Amino acid sequence: MDPKLKKTKDSSSNSANSPDSTHSSFPFPDEVLERVLSLLHSHKDRSSVSLVCKDWYNAERWTRTKLFIGNCYSVSPEIVARRFPRIKSVTLKGKPRFSDFNLVPQYWGADVHSWLVMFAKVYPFLEELRLKRMTLSDESLKFLATSFPGFKALSLLSCDGFSTDGLKAIATHCKNLTELDIQENGIDDFGGGWLSCFSENCSSLEVLNFASLSSDVSFDALEKLVRRCKSLRILKVNKSISLDQLQQLLVQAPQLIELGTGSFQQELTPRQYEDLETAFSKCKNLQTLSGLWEATSLHLPVLYAACASLTFLNLSYATLRSDELAKLVAHSPNLRRLWVLDTVEDKGLETVGSSCPLLEELRVYPADPFELDLHHGVTEAGFLAVSHGCRKLHYVLYFCRQMTNAAVATIVQNCPDFTHFRLCIMNPGEPDYLTNEPMDEAFGAVVKTCTNLQRLAVSGLLTDLTFEYIGRYAKNLETLSVAFAGSSDRGMQCVLQGCPKLRKLEIRDSPFGNAALLSGVEKYETMRSLWMSACNVTMSACRLLAKDMPRLNVEVMRDEGSDDRQADKVYVYRSVAGPRRDAPPFVLTL
Amino acid sequence: MSPPPLGVGEDEGHSNAMLLASLASLESICRNGSDLKEHNYLGLSDCSSVDSSNISITSEDDSGRGLNLKATELRLGIPGSRSPERNSEPCPLNSVKLDEKLLFPLCPMKTVVTGNKRGFSDAMDGYTEGKDISTLEVNLIPSPRPSVNSNVKVGSAKENPATQPAKMKEAMSQNAVEEIPHTKSENILNHVNRANNEKSAPATKAQVVGWPPIKQFRKSTLASASKNTEEVDGKTSGTALFVKVSMDGAPYLRKVDLKTYSAYQELSSSLEKMFSGFTINQYASHGVPSKEMLVESKLNNLLRGSEYVLTYEDKDGDWMLVGDVPWEMFITTCKRLRIMKSSDAIGLAPRAVEKMSRQKIAT
Repeated sequence: MDPKLKKTKDSSSNSANSPDSTHSSFPFPDEVLERVLSLLHSHKDRSSVSLVCKDWYNAERWTRTKLFIGNCYSVSPEIVARRFPRIKSVTLKGKPRFSDFNLVPQYWGADVHSWLVMFAKVYPFLEELRLKRMTLSDESLKFLATSFPGFKALSLLSCDGFSTDGLKAIATHCKNLTELDIQENGIDDFGGGWLSCFSENCSSLEVLNFASLSSDVSFDALEKLVRRCKSLRILKVNKSISLDQLQQLLVQAPQLIELGTGSFQQELTPRQYEDLETAFSKCKNLQTLSGLWEATSLHLPVLYAACASLTFLNLSYATLRSDELAKLVAHSPNLRRLWVLDTVEDKGLETVGSSCPLLEELRVYPADPFELDLHHGVTEAGFLAVSHGCRKLHYVLYFCRQMTNAAVATIVQNCPDFTHFRLCIMNPGEPDYLTNEPMDEAFGAVVKTCTNLQRLAVSGLLTDLTFEYIGRYAKNLETLSVAFAGSSDRGMQCVLQGCPKLRKLEIRDSPFGNAALLSGVEKYETMRSLWMSACNVTMSACRLLAKDMPRLNVEVMRDEGSDDRQADKVYVYRSVAGPRRDAPPFVLTL
Repeated sequence: MSPPPLGVGEDEGHSNAMLLASLASLESICRNGSDLKEHNYLGLSDCSSVDSSNISITSEDDSGRGLNLKATELRLGIPGSRSPERNSEPCPLNSVKLDEKLLFPLCPMKTVVTGNKRGFSDAMDGYTEGKDISTLEVNLIPSPRPSVNSNVKVGSAKENPATQPAKMKEAMSQNAVEEIPHTKSENILNHVNRANNEKSAPATKAQVVGWPPIKQFRKSTLASASKNTEEVDGKTSGTALFVKVSMDGAPYLRKVDLKTYSAYQELSSSLEKMFSGFTINQYASHGVPSKEMLVESKLNNLLRGSEYVLTYEDKDGDWMLVGDVPWEMFITTCKRLRIMKSSDAIGLAPRAVEKMSRQKIAT
């Protein structure tokens, strides 16, 4: 298809229309409109633009270079290829988020290969591919590496199906690679030999993240790579890299903006310790620090010099105590984002509250999620302490074992700007531990006070009242995660009827049934997806939904041995591509 | 229906609801074929989830997935018929298993003591109490044998064995019942019950699939991290076991605490890193095909590829080759370590090579 030919055809049809159309046709030629629109980057803006009129739709599709597909099954590669001729960068998301927690069986789908085949045909100059929760094989990686000569950036987050052999193909064939970002994938690690596959001529790397791979890489190859890639700004190594090796790397790359260390525990000679300290002090541009596996108070001080410029400190793999954290954050007054393990306890969080006034995001992960002892981890006190000191807090992910309604109410009074509030009280159905009441008022306070709330995850003992509050007040809510909550269909109905901006609703183990499911019939086409597992939904209701809404894909997965009528896992999403053609036998599309 | 015995409070009933809830999604775990080892609810790495969450699957499931689920099937067997597979399940640090075995002798009917049992009977309790809940459906897997699906959990170790026979009996009688309350209706019941009861110590906690919502990668990383912290703590609280390490040609000696390692492989990689400045062996792994080979070849490389042999002086003053005896025995007899040049260890070296290829390195 000759692009020029298509364009003139379009503009001639437009000019035929222009005398009749009033304000919908622009007095500017297409070229100018395209020039203007090419400055738009947000895909949401571009979506809006494309709906204005036919001219704008066309101008937009010709100028879009970045493709974002939030649900790979909502559209097909063919449809995409037809609409967008000039794509350089693709972001694709696949499985429902609950697949992160093993709620989605393996071989469910979201295989990227058919997309790659289409891209090779239509976008031979593709440069970037970012996948999240997709499945890809080593063959796909090899295909990717060999089909796109200008390929630059690969980012794989929470993907599965491939091995380090696939990475070898990427390192070997992508001569202009600028980014290789492998995060938290379920892959087979056959050794670190892939790193040695980068050619000696490769000097274009800017981002290298292999922190989540387990096996050793050749330090020699890594060091040489770091030395010749002068534009390297993000380097996140894995646990196999020791402290003295890290020092050697830092010496080669003081320009790093983001660093992920390897193992942070090693017997160092005084000289080595000093060298490491010096190396860190030379990293003047460091904004993000992560890794720090097995870090102890013995070696943390080497970081102090670099902490002054830090805006993001990820300690979620370091089992630090409160005093260790205290010293670290005391040196990091510019922190905007902090991720920690709950080994720091409330005391540690108090020091965060007093040392990091600019903090905007806090995540507290549980070091031992299955620990029963209430004397470990963090409580409402820690969260309160942070909220007192960090008034700019707007993103929180907090795993705790106890919480009170009063504490949450105070927290959101201190920090009314929450956009993301994800509270996980780890024992399902846990009430307010002081009053023994449900946690309804806590989340009521959150939605009433935080008018900008976009994302909410609820937990604890919750009745329908929580959802009434959400439906009534959370007018900007886009994502809601529900587990072990609610008392009846009414809860879910309130949310579906009340939250105009709702895009993603994921529910598990809650007593919402057919009435609730069907109350959202009008709503689901405005949303990206709905997930309901271990709820009270039956097959008949799902069939009804599927029948009434042909542009929704209603997929059901049944558990082994469960009743034929029960729809154990329901995944509903809008799609212009029709039902999946690659669904495995355990996924029933209704 | 007898009420739950004292001490076995609503928490357990509640937790059992979670158990049952988890069963629904457990299939998804069992379907995750080769990834089984990653799905570890006890937070232990290298422990198959199937080990820790034993579940009996109907035969249809076995066919498609190639999982040896039969091996993990828990059965209420005839007294004395302990299932042999149990012993071969390679779960490293599973105190629950130990407790199970402990509890077996007490029970006339061999079974796994888990929250699930009580959950079942509690569920039955709830079923009869909560008659207004119309759609109570089976969510446990019916199986031809009188087996009970259960999850072996850390918490169950703390159970009072004496309560088990009573609960078991109840559960057994319920087994025949087709209808089992749906998970979330149990949740409701348990929520209601919970709200009415005082909070008792959460002695047993069933682990629900995918709860708390933490990514698998993080869970397995934290599992190994906590193992390390335990080792580190062990160093300070117990007696440390520092031994001198000398290397031929190095200007100074080092000291290592043998207690911080649990296997030869850890010691060898640690020593490697420690003496990396001196050895000519910059260990590089080039496409080693499998993990097991990786482990062995690492030790081999240190000893072979870099012309060095790792030896130790034992209590009798003899210089021995590292790796012959089990690790635990080694750390009790080792007085000092020496990284010897292979040329010096002429007497040892051929045997070393031979021994290396023969023996299994404990990990």
